Amino acid sequence: MQTKGIWLAGVLVVLFLAAVPDTSRGITVPDTVILNTQSKLYEPFTFNHAKHIQLTKECSNCHHHTTGTLVQDPNCVRCHRNSSETQEVSCKGCHQTDSFSATAMHEKDPKTYHKDKPSLKAAMHRNCLGCHENMKGPMGCQDCHQRTKEGDAFYYSGAYAPKNKPSKGEHNGH
Amino acid sequence: MKRRDFLKGCLIGGAAASLGAPSKSWAVGSFEGYPDAMGVLVDTTRCIGCRSCEAACNKEQKLPEPDVPFDDTSVFEEKRRTTEKAYTVVNRYETNDGQKPPYRKMQCNHCNEPGCLTSCFVNAYTKTKEGAVIYNGNVCVGCKTCMVACPFNIPAYSYSSAFDPLIKKCIFCYHTRLKFGKPPACVEICPQEALTFGLRSDLIKMGHERIRETPDRYIDHIYGEKEMGGTSWLYLSRVPDDQIGLDTTLGNEPVISNVKDFLGMVPMVLTIWPALFSGIHLLATRNKDHGDEHHNHSEQEDGKK
Ligand code: SF4
Ligand code: SF4
Ligand code: SF4
Repeated sequence: MQTKGIWLAGVLVVLFLAAVPDTSRGITVPDTVILNTQSKLYEPFTFNHAKHIQLTKECSNCHHHTTGTLVQDPNCVRCHRNSSETQEVSCKGCHQTDSFSATAMHEKDPKTYHKDKPSLKAAMHRNCLGCHENMKGPMGCQDCHQRTKEGDAFYYSGAYAPKNKPSKGEHNGH
Repeated sequence: MKRRDFLKGCLIGGAAASLGAPSKSWAVGSFEGYPDAMGVLVDTTRCIGCRSCEAACNKEQKLPEPDVPFDDTSVFEEKRRTTEKAYTVVNRYETNDGQKPPYRKMQCNHCNEPGCLTSCFVNAYTKTKEGAVIYNGNVCVGCKTCMVACPFNIPAYSYSSAFDPLIKKCIFCYHTRLKFGKPPACVEICPQEALTFGLRSDLIKMGHERIRETPDRYIDHIYGEKEMGGTSWLYLSRVPDDQIGLDTTLGNEPVISNVKDFLGMVPMVLTIWPALFSGIHLLATRNKDHGDEHHNHSEQEDGKK
């Protein structure tokens, strides 16, 4: 929690609970953030932001170039060598919830370099899982978000698991 | 150009009526496919093998209950193929570079010049202007020629219902989504955005850009950009394509070139159709053993019962 910096990771999100007192910019850093509020297949869950701050120490590990240590990636540096921290550091501030439409890619400003920006869902999964893998954090879907009943039905799992399980080797056999 | 003329001659002449797209599109189409064709860039370096795409496809296409839950990872012990019950499957591949094994989702690649389409006697297949290769189950006679003609071994044969289309495969969610400009169900659910939906021409640029930006992450190749005349579904990989089960021996010529002579039969078939029917049927039955090699063995057995 040593860093200054704007923190406001409201992601898909409802901001929640007590915030860490003011930072140098007078913007609050949430201790927890409720994630996954839109999904039907998985329950919302509380992301422990404070714990992750302690674990990683470095804001830019997750918030890449927007806060903390500034950009170092050789690709990004080509343009962002002198870029300063941004006002907006929440994931959803840049990553759209709905990035899917047949023409979305074409409608974007052709001059924009960041066309290949992942959606919010992918940005979070890739960021979290990528780091969890290196840091030996939890990797299973339900380690972070519990599946709903609808989710169980969708995956044919739990109470909805196929009853007549064929003998080993028969299914999908090739 | 020769090929195009040939296509025009045989396909349009013989069967323009059954092709949903106006014949003009075929004439102006190039090997790049339709200009507005959509596609999906499958970035296998992002895939975590969660199988959500399989579950989403099952629901969207109203497919029957799977044999095992969609969160069961024991399926990765085998290399699975697409079946009448699963239009898409994700497989895991062991590599020898000491890194975590890559996964690859497979489904119909929606070829620019589909072997299934060109080989079909009754023209059950259509390549839509959006890039999807769909089929009309009502005219399919179950001869299974497309199963043999598909270089990616995708179409599966349905034994389960007399009313369903006989051939079953991924249709790019055409009727429920693609037609309306919406991404396929499998794409939408992918938590990693391993699947990116967009204009095929954009996806090719995007793929090359990813390779350029992070050369350590990818081999310098987009599978499907050129293979078999180009496909709408494209693949990026960390390891050489053959290590993730992609056939690198196919070359860049579409199947059309290989089935020319065969295709020449089409107009004739359409004219003296009834007389030929029993012949084709015989052919299909005789080909059954051949089909077995390519397709789900257990289902073949079931079907004979
Ligand atoms: S992958 Fe096979 S089934 Fe799909 S369009 Fe190409 S030839 Fe047809
Ligand atoms: S595009 Fe549609 S039909 Fe094809 S694999 Fe994806 S969900 Fe299934
Ligand atoms: S949903 Fe995405 S990450 Fe999951 S298995 Fe399918 S392609 Fe891979």
